[in-house]
This record gives sequence, C-alpha cells and structure tokens, in this order.
Amino acid sequence: MNESHNSDKRISKEESWGYDRSTLDYIQRAAAHGLYEIRGLGAKRKVPHFDDLVFLGASMSRYPLEGYREKCATKTILGTRFASRPVELEIPITVAGMSFGALSANVKEALGRAATEVGTSTTTGDGGMTSEERNSSKVLVYQCLPSRYGFNPDDLRRADAIEVVIGQGAKPGGGGMLLGQKVNPRVAQMRTLPAGVDQRSASRHPDWTGPDDLIIKIHELREITDWEKPIYVKVGATRTFHDVKLAIHAGADVIVVDGMQGGTAATQTCFIEHVGIPTLAALRQAVDALEDMNMKGTVQLIISGGIRTGADVAKALAMGADAVSIGQGVLMALGCNSESWIDSGGQHISAAQDYLKIGTEAGYCHHCHTGQCPVGIATQDELLEQRLRPKIGAKRLKNYLNTLNMELTTIARACGKNNVHHLEREDLVALTIEAAAMANIPLAGTEWIPGNGMK
Amino acid sequence: MENIKFDLQTTSVREINKFLHHEIAEGTVPRIIIEHPDGAHNIAAGLNVNCEVEIRGHVGYYAAGMNQHASVLIAGNAGTGVAENMMNGRVHVRGFASNSAGASAHGGLLIVDGDAGLRCGISLKGGDIVVGGSVGSFSAFMAQAGRMVICGNAGDALGDSLYEAVVYVKGHIKSLGADARIEDMTADDHQALESLLNQAGVSYSMHRPSDFKRIASARNLYHWNADANQEY
Repeated sequence: MNESHNSDKRISKEESWGYDRSTLDYIQRAAAHGLYEIRGLGAKRKVPHFDDLVFLGASMSRYPLEGYREKCATKTILGTRFASRPVELEIPITVAGMSFGALSANVKEALGRAATEVGTSTTTGDGGMTSEERNSSKVLVYQCLPSRYGFNPDDLRRADAIEVVIGQGAKPGGGGMLLGQKVNPRVAQMRTLPAGVDQRSASRHPDWTGPDDLIIKIHELREITDWEKPIYVKVGATRTFHDVKLAIHAGADVIVVDGMQGGTAATQTCFIEHVGIPTLAALRQAVDALEDMNMKGTVQLIISGGIRTGADVAKALAMGADAVSIGQGVLMALGCNSESWIDSGGQHISAAQDYLKIGTEAGYCHHCHTGQCPVGIATQDELLEQRLRPKIGAKRLKNYLNTLNMELTTIARACGKNNVHHLEREDLVALTIEAAAMANIPLAGTEWIPGNGMK
Repeated sequence: MENIKFDLQTTSVREINKFLHHEIAEGTVPRIIIEHPDGAHNIAAGLNVNCEVEIRGHVGYYAAGMNQHASVLIAGNAGTGVAENMMNGRVHVRGFASNSAGASAHGGLLIVDGDAGLRCGISLKGGDIVVGGSVGSFSAFMAQAGRMVICGNAGDALGDSLYEAVVYVKGHIKSLGADARIEDMTADDHQALESLLNQAGVSYSMHRPSDFKRIASARNLYHWNADANQEY
C-alpha cells in the first residue's frame, strides 16, 4: 500500500495544478466540439459557505430551552409592506422557483403536495403555471419573468404572491434555457414555441428597463390584482447591496436573493462557476441594505443558493434572512442523483444503466439539460417521468422539509430562542477568515472581523 | 347603454380600476369615459370584462395592460408598454406610442395611428399590432407568434431572433435583426393584411397589401448550433 502511494507521488507522474485532469478534459472537449459545456445544478467549486460558521449555544451567560418539550415557533409571514393578503407560512423554508419544462408535471405536483402538507409555498418557473401545481400547492408564488411565457392575468389572480424575476444565482445576467429535447408539445404550447426548438429566453424584461420603470411595473401588477398579493423581487447575487436597495426603492414587499451556488436546469458551465458571488456574502450585503434603509421587518428577505440542511437554515435566519428557498436540495430529496428510482409498489429499481447512457453516475449527475433524467425528475419524456410518482415524491420531500425544520428548532432552542426568527448574528462565529470577512461575523475565539468598519 | 364618466383630477387610478374590475355587471357593455388622464400610469390595467373605455388625453405606462376583453380607445399619446401582455380585445391609440407597445401580447389587436417607439411588439405571443406610422429599433424582437403591420418605416434590427410571428412593412427597413429575412408575399399574406387593415379602421383603407414586404424567421437560430456535433 505504501509502495503504491509512493508511486503516485513519483515526479514522472506529477499532476499539474493549473492543467489538472479536469482542465485537460475541458480543453480536449472544447477542441473536439467547438462548443461550450451546458449543464444543470449550481456551482461545484468550494466557496465560503454556511459550513464555515458555527453557533454559540447557550451556557453560563445564556439560558437554553428544553430541546424536546418547549415550543419553538417557526411561523413566517411574508409581504407585510403593501399587500392586503400577506403570505403566512408554517415554516421559514420554501420551495424555490423551478419551471414546468425543466421539471415534469409529476414533480410539480409532488412539490405542491409536500409544501401544502408542511405549510409552505412553492413557486412556478419560466414555463408558466400548471394546473397540477396550482391544484396541489396551497400557497403558490407566480413568477413574472423576462420571457413572459404563458404569463396571463387569470393565473396572476389565482396566485398567492407574485415574484418579479430579475435574475438567478446560477446565471445573473442570463436568461432561461431549455434545450429542444425537453420542449415537448405541452411545454411548447405553454410557451408559444414550436415543439423541439431550443428555447433561449430573454435576459431582460420586455416592458421595463431600470429601477424607476420597475416601480411602475410593480404598481401595474398591484393594480391588476387589486393590491392583494405580496410582490417579491428576485435577484441573482452580484452587486447585492445596491440591487437590494433598488428593489426596496421599486416597492418590493419581499426580496429574494439567490447566491452563486443556486441551481439551474441548463446554463453554460462558465456562467455557473464564474458569474455571481457566494450566498454567504450576498446575504450579508442584503441585510446591510435592509438595515441601511431602515426596512428590516418591513420588507422580508428570502435567501437561496446552496441551502441544504437545518443548520444552513438556522445560520441564514441568524444572519438576518426571514426565510430560505431551496431548489436543488428539494430535487435531491425526490431522488436526484440517487442510485435508484421507486416504482408504484415501493420497490427501488436501479438507474445505473441510464446514468451510464448519458455518461455519468449517481452522485455526479448534472445532466438536467438533456431531459434524460435517470430518476424521472428533470424530464419531459413520457416513460422517464413515470419514475417519479407524485405521492412517493411528496412523502420524501415532506420528510426532508420536516427534518430541516426539526434541526432548525433544535439549534434555536440550544441558543435559547422560542422563535426561530429570534436567532441573531451574535449567536454565530466564523471558522475561516474568508467567512468572517464575508459574513461580517468574528472569527471563532476572537473578536476579529476582517475589514470591520469598511464596506 | 349609458356613459359612465370618471375624472382623474378628482378620482384616483385605483378607484377607477377597482370599479372596472368589480362593478361592471355581467351581460352589460357599458361605455366608460375617463377624462384628464394627464399621463397617469396603469389606467385601465387588467380589464377582465367586456366594456368600452375611452380615455380622453395622454396616458402613462402600461395603459390597458393585460387587457382580456375590453375595447379601449386612447385619444392621445401612450407611454411605455401600452396594452402589454394583452390577451384579447382591442386597444386603439390615436396618437403616438412609446417603447414596448404591445409587448408580449398573447391576443387581441393593438392599433397605433402615429409612430411607435423602440421594441414595439417585443416578445409578441399571438397578438396583432397595426402601426399607422413608423416603429423604432428592435421592434418584434423575439416575437413568437402573431402579426405586426407597419405602415411606415422600421428602425434597426427589425425582427431580431424572430420565432413564428410575421411582420409586414410598407416603408423602409433600416436593418433586419439576426435570423429575420424578407420573404415573398403569398395569397394568405395578402388576405391576412387586408383583414388586419380593415379591422384597424377606415383610415387604413388607403394602404394596399401589395405594397408591403413580409418579414419572417429564417429559423437558423431554432437550434443552438445545428452544425456542431452536440454531445450532451
């Protein structure tokens, strides 16, 4: 064993850092095809994240709550600024916007069912509102996107909130993309496109061009829906401090900030990995913006982009978010990147061969864009989509959301809070200098915040 | 049917829109007159009943936005996004229209007697637009379905990234956008044009379909890179 370890270290086989096997593969592929890589999911590189923070549990100076007995509230209200009917959620964990088109109708139904059972919301996507999702989801957020595919006043009125999408964390500055193999006749009809064409949607809204126009656009959406529904504004994380201030200025009830770890169903790899800032840094800037405008508590903040665990949720809330939104974690709960799919009898059926067919394996798959999802989630294929049954998917997602919520309340109680929204920045310390600087939280065991006092 | 009059000097846009959304009895087609709009935004947005609205003056952004059933006459100029995302019905601007007129309209007919600004008919999704004057640059950008008739001239990049929408232009086209091309007029095009000009009103009867050019998509952008050996 020692010998083979040493042989790996021979300088005749020394791997380059700058031209490692992955970079070589990238260059060879580019040379062979003359095309950039397109893939799904979010940034794969390691960036400072919530893992780099830890909580200071209660001890001598703070009083904890009993973990199993005492109540810890998780109720979350969004849209209190102007809407006559704010959104009321049982937990501060929501399901992020993902389109019908990217996902099958079965998946959209599963999301709605699970969200309704745990008392949270789901969000439409670039493909418009499906009846499956409206009927299954008690609280449904309807996106107003640059493409305006299927956008119509009837769906606007049957939504519970409206989200004006400026950008998303995986590709701030880019529009949607749905390759032809996923544009089946129903998807095509909902998007007013010929079936089978590659759909590359607009990156700019067609009828407004800046924050002052957006004031009037938001006003129009409020007029059409008689000022009932909360209006969210979603931005991909880049110049977050200024973007959040402008969104508040434009009249948003709720701001959604999506960091660079946020997912997509199809985007250029160079875009996913190299445009946008980490969720951790964006969250801090968003909270700074709210505080700078004295809007904390008036305008609510939802953070998304790489939220996976109850600990991530707790840290996001402690840093100042009102709620989180999860896309990729939700799909993984349904079975994304799982070895198997589950048939109607509850049997696990191996998907290994189907992963191989698209050149990957469970655990590495990011092939949402191909429409050949081996577990039947990111597909419009009639056979593949049967692999995700709404009932089974909903049960798994409900379990996942409940787990996150239990973890969240466990941490909150340990910090002495009887309401998860009482978690605060002071409860956190950072493990790395980078995270300390980005999150504006002291390095553990010190009072040092790198760059403190500088914006 | 009697006329119902509102004066925006004494009544707010909110009050008028609330009335239009909720107070019009089914089965009636009332005529609503709105005076002194003075450039106010979002007038008559979200009309979901059959009624006739006449706005006597200039309007701001998104007038008659998302109209579903109404017939709206704007006796003046219109700001950005007039009749944006219209589903059905009719919106007629007597004067000029600013940018993004009829943006993403899914249905209905928008008529602009004067000129329209930039991005007229952007993301059009099945609606029809007739412009008596000229249109600005980037008109019919990414237009997916529907028809646009331009009786004057068109600016730069007309019909950039067009899908299935068709544009008819009588005057000069400064430049075509990516993937847009001029095609021969067919008998169907003549018929469609004649019908649209007729619907637009008597003042449009002076235009002859044979004087128009047809602009449609060359469909070279329908697939991301058809020449490449795509391995996903």
